Amino acid sequence: MRNRLMAGLIAGTLAALTAASPALAADKVKIGFVSTLSGPSAALGVDIRDAFMLAVKLNGGRLGGLPAEVTIVDDQFKPDVGKQAFERLVKRDKVDFMTGVVFSNIMLAGLPEAVGNNTFYLSPNAAPSPVAGKDCNPYFFAVSWPNDAYHEAAGQYATNQGVKSAFLMAPNYQAGKDSLAGFKRFYKGQVVAEVYTKLGELDYAAELAQIRAARPEVVYTFLPGGMGINFIKQFVAAGLNKSIKLIQPGFGTDQDVIRAVGDSMLGLFDAAHWGMDLDNAANKRFVAEFEKEYKRLPTVYASQGYDTAMLIDSAVRAVGGKIEDKDAVRRALKAARFDSVRGEFKFNTNQYPVQNYYLREIQKDAQGRLVNRIVGRPVFTAHGDAYVQDCPMR
Amino acid sequence: MTVREAPASPTGIARTWGWWLLAALAIAFPFVMQAMDEDFYISFASRLLIYGLAAVSLNLVLGFGGLVSFGHAAFVGIGAYTVGILIKEGMPNGWLGFALAMGISALFAAAIGAISLRTRGVYFIMITLAFAQMVYYLVNSVKAYGGDEGLNIPRRSDFGLGLDLKDDLSFYFFVLGLLALSLWLIHRMMHARFGRVILAIRDDEVRAAAIGYPVFRYQLILFTMAGALGGLAGALMVNQQNYVSPNLLHWTQSGLLMVMVILGGVGTLAGGLWGAIVLLTLEDVIAEYTVHWAFYVGWVLLAVVLFAPKGLGGLRWPGRRRSPPKRGGGR
Amino acid sequence: MTGILLLEQALNGLQFGLMLFLLASGLTLVFGIMDMINLAHGALYMVGAFFAAWLTALTGTFVGGVLLAIVLTAAVGMVLESTLLRTLYARDHLSQVLATFALILILNESVRMIWGSDLPLRAPAALAGPVELLPGLYYPSYRLLIIAVGLVLAVVLYLLVTRTRMGALVRAGASNREMALAMGVNIRRLYTAVFGLGAALCAVAGAMLGPLLAVQVGMGETILILAFVVIVIGGIGSIWGAFVGSLLVGFVDTMGRSLLPFLFREFLPPQWAAAAAPAVASILIYLLMAAVLFLRPQGLFAARS
Repeated sequence: MRNRLMAGLIAGTLAALTAASPALAADKVKIGFVSTLSGPSAALGVDIRDAFMLAVKLNGGRLGGLPAEVTIVDDQFKPDVGKQAFERLVKRDKVDFMTGVVFSNIMLAGLPEAVGNNTFYLSPNAAPSPVAGKDCNPYFFAVSWPNDAYHEAAGQYATNQGVKSAFLMAPNYQAGKDSLAGFKRFYKGQVVAEVYTKLGELDYAAELAQIRAARPEVVYTFLPGGMGINFIKQFVAAGLNKSIKLIQPGFGTDQDVIRAVGDSMLGLFDAAHWGMDLDNAANKRFVAEFEKEYKRLPTVYASQGYDTAMLIDSAVRAVGGKIEDKDAVRRALKAARFDSVRGEFKFNTNQYPVQNYYLREIQKDAQGRLVNRIVGRPVFTAHGDAYVQDCPMR
Repeated sequence: MTVREAPASPTGIARTWGWWLLAALAIAFPFVMQAMDEDFYISFASRLLIYGLAAVSLNLVLGFGGLVSFGHAAFVGIGAYTVGILIKEGMPNGWLGFALAMGISALFAAAIGAISLRTRGVYFIMITLAFAQMVYYLVNSVKAYGGDEGLNIPRRSDFGLGLDLKDDLSFYFFVLGLLALSLWLIHRMMHARFGRVILAIRDDEVRAAAIGYPVFRYQLILFTMAGALGGLAGALMVNQQNYVSPNLLHWTQSGLLMVMVILGGVGTLAGGLWGAIVLLTLEDVIAEYTVHWAFYVGWVLLAVVLFAPKGLGGLRWPGRRRSPPKRGGGR
Repeated sequence: MTGILLLEQALNGLQFGLMLFLLASGLTLVFGIMDMINLAHGALYMVGAFFAAWLTALTGTFVGGVLLAIVLTAAVGMVLESTLLRTLYARDHLSQVLATFALILILNESVRMIWGSDLPLRAPAALAGPVELLPGLYYPSYRLLIIAVGLVLAVVLYLLVTRTRMGALVRAGASNREMALAMGVNIRRLYTAVFGLGAALCAVAGAMLGPLLAVQVGMGETILILAFVVIVIGGIGSIWGAFVGSLLVGFVDTMGRSLLPFLFREFLPPQWAAAAAPAVASILIYLLMAAVLFLRPQGLFAARS
């Protein structure tokens, strides 16, 4: 994996350095990919990257007919590193599209560099509420789901189950705030406590003690990556899983966490916009190819990375390779005429997706592996977000 | 040992034409970059100069004062956040912002200095570190201005007079001008009475006190000035990046500034500037080839500390009169 | 807020404080005897954690992996001391700060080159569940192990320093180096041994905390700064001071992080309360350190004469 990163980095930067003057009609599409590729939450960025590159590979190294040149940079989970990477890719290497970031705080630090220089940012994950509403931007497209969405679905599920008391926890940053706000929007029971932890916190002893003292029916946490892994492990180690139900947003119980935590996750419920077992041609192909190429099962992050690449592919194809025409590219992106692994794909006026959200349960598949299976009817159908009316774009 | 031997004069290039040559290069640089269609490097160079200014401000206390201050990044950060918060709250006036940045940094420096300068040696190092960490956590806790996510600002400072700082070229010259002005002022100061007394105190504090100089007062003034200049660097930094995060105040950043000062030559006027340029350029160049650039930079730094304690500035001009070794090591 | 909660938090504070003690004791000895500021001490903690993670995976046992890691880290420490760090003893503090800062960069990247940015380290499966200490008070058994290890090592260190010959040499060196030299103590071997011991203690802390936190590059920097606070408060060169200081810092940090949010939530919105509480806890710790430096710079239990 590292070799590919190196190769991409070297090739990308050498190519950029030798590009003395901009070509008139683009002879390739340049993509800047910044993501968290190291540290406890690296699995997320790695999944997005792997799926993105898989899509490029399945298209013969091209997107929309043009050869794709992807420069991959690790943001090391640090907003300033991410911001500098954005600046370099946009201003020095003059990429056509920026993408990749997992975490909202890093994305928000880097985004001004992209949109301020008329470069599209297609988010394969982070989709915070301000950018859905008053800070919406014609150069920003969210290809994943609005930050609140999984949490809204989880809150609705809790309401459907008649849950009376819930303990909420999230890291103290924009996405964390969005997550609990989303949960509370659809959860009608009592919130026993709303606790914000430090972003990147890995030792939850203090919070677990609080949970034990509060004695809630349900604990809902938003803890992506390494944070969630540690929390669930410590939750089980403290014996709390015997008396308290843990509900998670879809990525909190995804393959990366399952790999790290193991069988104690059987029977957990979560909400997501996608599942491996979604029945459409694009998804079947994606899951099969991903497993074949990388010898592991994809997470929602991977599905989002794959969709992002396919969206770029469709847009470049729609404008016939003339990607310098930004307005045409935007129209093509907005039309989103591609086969998404989640089924139907549609953008709202604020360039955030409108889609279904499903309830999933962790079960064993035919080979005895732990997987998320979609159960029951969708929690939400054709669901947008709560901020679209604040966005002036139409 | 007389005060005259202390190296307060500009690094080795005792003749002014050296400085004029550098100035010419610095002025020509951005135009060359534009011609090569590498505009990105203009903003890169601005960043180098700003870090250089921060390192130069640290050198006031570290090199000229002989005080190992491990908390200098706090002043840079305070300056950056002052301007950042003002802009975010709708007050982008540069005159106000920069003046407040320097003023508030100076205030913090005076307060921290008043307490810290009563200690010596390793205790001084530790106490400056402690205060810097306090400021770091304070800034980190204020969620209203981003907390540890950092603060994005929508625009750069507005100075009127037709100066549009949003343009990278104009910004570069703005930074260059401020840097040149600062260097010149420091040069004048170190050649005046104040500077000589400071160097005397650095080289032999007991003797200076015995002669009758109010050591504490001189050091406090120096410390405060260094803080104010650091605040200026911070104000420029938040403008350059349109972003500031508490990371800027972390102790590792203080360490980085110290590295720049040492690399360039501690106790020389522009040593910090050269150190900043060399370090950041090295980091950038090596990063093109390997993600493990810190490894190589670490070895370079180690080599400098072990074999060239006067920094690169001490190596460059053979035949320059060497100053006598510092007595008593770090205080 | 119940008694159970307080008790559980107190145990957490004890656990954290004891691990901090392992780092601080090595640091204070090096600082006290060799008069060297060693910023790379945290990097040794990281190296210990990485060795533990690598070796437990290799050997398949937790105990085996940890023990091997301790030995290897001590070896690395002693090699570093006898080659590089030795040249720094005579240098001024600024040179020491910079050289060890460079060492941090080198060690961090070396680890990254060899093992990548992080390695998984799991606690032994037998300790994955809780233990019921009191009716209603369940405490994770692994954390109890950490407390036990910490206490045992504290006692061992105490005995080592007060009852053995080497300990006497260490105390002599800490209290007055020139005199110890004049008395004919083989200072070089003592220094190497002290450094090796410090490195070994770092490895224990790193291996023990690895399963709780994450074994990742850069994990040393966060804990290093706290270790320095501890030795300043406790007194440079004093093991007993390091012990008291560690527990103090451990308790204040843990209690602050867990109990202050309750207080703050009364009058601040939850996101602000959550951000302010750990900051205030940290500020308190540094305030304490600054106060000690100002009022009693040699620390609470000064070792130096």
